[in-house]
Amino acid sequence: MRHLLSIEQLSKAEIEAILDRAESFAEVGRRDIKKVPTLRGRTVVTLFYEASTRTSSSFELAAKRLSADLVSVKAAGSSVDKGESLKDTVATLSAYDPAAIVLRHPYAGAAQLVAGWADAAVINAGDGKHEHPSQALLDVYTLRRRLGSLEGKRIWIVGDVLHSRVARSNLIAFKAMGAELTVCGPPALIPRGLDQLGCNVTHSLGDAGEADVVYVLRLQHERMRESFVPSLREYAAHFQIDSRRLGPRQLLMHPGPVNRGVELSGEVIDSPQSLIAEQVAAGLVVRMAILYELLAAGDEEPTPLPGNGRATPIGQPA
Amino acid sequence: MSATKLAMRAGESANLLLRGASVLDPAAGIDARHDIVVRDGKIAELAAPDSAEAGELEVVDAEGLHAFPAFFDPHVHLRTPGQEHKEDIETGARSAAAGGYCGVLAMANTEPPVSEPADVEALLADARVTAAVKVGFLATVTRSMRGEELTEMASLREAGAAGFSDDGLPVRSAGLLRRALQYQRLCGGTIALHEEDPELSGAGVMHEGPVSAVLGLDGVPSISESTMIARDAAIAGYEGGRIHVQHLSAAESVEAVRAAKAAGVQITCEASPHHLCLTDEEVRSLDPHRFKMNPPLRSEADRQALIEGLRDGTIDCIATDHAPHAPEEKEVPYEQAAMGVTGLETAFAALHTHLVLPGTIELGLLVDRLGVAAGFFEVERPSLAPGSEANIALCDLTAQWTVGEDGYESRSSNSWCDGEELTGRILMTLAGGQVAYRLRSFSMGVAA
Repeated sequence: MRHLLSIEQLSKAEIEAILDRAESFAEVGRRDIKKVPTLRGRTVVTLFYEASTRTSSSFELAAKRLSADLVSVKAAGSSVDKGESLKDTVATLSAYDPAAIVLRHPYAGAAQLVAGWADAAVINAGDGKHEHPSQALLDVYTLRRRLGSLEGKRIWIVGDVLHSRVARSNLIAFKAMGAELTVCGPPALIPRGLDQLGCNVTHSLGDAGEADVVYVLRLQHERMRESFVPSLREYAAHFQIDSRRLGPRQLLMHPGPVNRGVELSGEVIDSPQSLIAEQVAAGLVVRMAILYELLAAGDEEPTPLPGNGRATPIGQPA
Repeated sequence: MSATKLAMRAGESANLLLRGASVLDPAAGIDARHDIVVRDGKIAELAAPDSAEAGELEVVDAEGLHAFPAFFDPHVHLRTPGQEHKEDIETGARSAAAGGYCGVLAMANTEPPVSEPADVEALLADARVTAAVKVGFLATVTRSMRGEELTEMASLREAGAAGFSDDGLPVRSAGLLRRALQYQRLCGGTIALHEEDPELSGAGVMHEGPVSAVLGLDGVPSISESTMIARDAAIAGYEGGRIHVQHLSAAESVEAVRAAKAAGVQITCEASPHHLCLTDEEVRSLDPHRFKMNPPLRSEADRQALIEGLRDGTIDCIATDHAPHAPEEKEVPYEQAAMGVTGLETAFAALHTHLVLPGTIELGLLVDRLGVAAGFFEVERPSLAPGSEANIALCDLTAQWTVGEDGYESRSSNSWCDGEELTGRILMTLAGGQVAYRLRSFSMGVAA
């Protein structure tokens, strides 16, 4: 695997290889010294054209834990503000000979374009409403730890699917892992033709009790102005997951940041069913695993890792 | 009533003998091998093969080659004035000649738009100096394409405007379109319509369907186009006006035009080669160079409906919507990229490869649909009948070539078939009685 541009590019075996690697990094995280020398002397650039807390901080920390040199560029306050094109910005940063570029961009396909321009491995940290593969990998990782396997598990994805790159990547990843998918939200927020991805589509939470996992998406406030839904109150009345709608054996996930009182009620966020904090923790180790797989897995002398040895390199069948 | 004016640069009239060509001109009822004798820029004679006297004529060995009436494109963007970094009249006309076209009509959505009679006169004057093929210019329907008030349509026609179009944008106001169609009774000039409801299109960048759902791109629903066609056809029918619907893309649109024709509306329409050959599946590549345009590539069912419309005559003609863009406008993520692809140099070869060779449509139908649009804008249709002005596309139907391999005549390279191998190549084009183009590797013999 040269780049991580989409979940679509990964087979089930490749996904599992990354998750196995992440497990071993989770052990490193329990040590006093949480750093390994794997990427010493190599440079990781994070280039974020959109606001981000979880994704940017976890990629940055992941690079540091692997001993890489880190350059973090945010579009605001950079030459991007002065009208520099993505192509020129990438050419500029490429002059530092980075091993990897982690890109968050408001438009679909940006990471794929950068992969064509740069020598570095490119990691898509979110491109428009298209894909967010590292989020999907950390979500599968989180669920795999809880459930063992996703095979046959019923997962409901609830909310604004239309505007959600997380929904797209997770649909593909959960399906690849054998889960049964249902998508639920207001009709205007479910893209036309989505059912052809092989998921059920419903506009009511009536049957949500069947779900093993309820994955709730963020509802952005500006959607009201575009009449996708008439009001936050009306949205919450029909689609908010609260303690009445979440059974004791159901697991709750959310990619963050949460609009408390809109898509989730306060009490379920802090309930024992909630995996939200585990998702954030998983973000770090999964992103370490992604960097490792892209930058170090092909090394002839792999850095010895704790745990059960070397994982299967991805890009090859396990 | 005023007439459409076309202009091209003055040059030497052709004197040629195309020896033994397979001559195909369905509109003139010609389908046989002939020696084509071109004298003083006119088709002097279609003689029996290998029978014509060469005399002083330059002889072209056309054995095994096809001669068609050169094509006429009612919808191109020559980007002049204001965007000459993408194309100008000279490069655009050269691109047309390389594709076998003898004439094109340029759209008015330039910078500034062509809204004043003096603009039309200046463009025609430019074409008289630079253009290798005949070029006509449409003027905008509304001043500066703002959609608020009509242009001086009668004066524009007197200046030679080939018709009217706000192409790139729909005429949003039904009332204003009605006024334009009323005024058309005074000044003539077909009104060519880019049909799209801006409310339904929203921020859409591709066809709305399963592919847009997966890619997370905003979709343009098919009904954005078809509802506007139905609206405008009703207005044209009510006013007895003449409209030409541009670049049909959706099955619903074909149905709307079919219904309008059945109701007796004076309506013609066009489809573009890329809509006839490609579907929204291509957008999975997220490559805006080749696959981003407006209207967008639609589903396979839509493509089939367009082909069916072409076959049954609902779709009258093929127009390229040749839309050159500079690299920096396309080397950006799909959503940010400019809409439009070039098509003049590849239209015939692409349609021959994608539709004629697999047996989907007849060669004669393709040739007919590439020439017929001239008449919709009061231009004489190119013909191979003896006595006609020499407008000839000479083609090797078996030649295989890779698009873009030798560069483009157009200033821009955003061809929707860039890198594709096509079968069928224009070797030589005569336009307005002059040799407008010869493929570099196509040598001319002088042997008798």
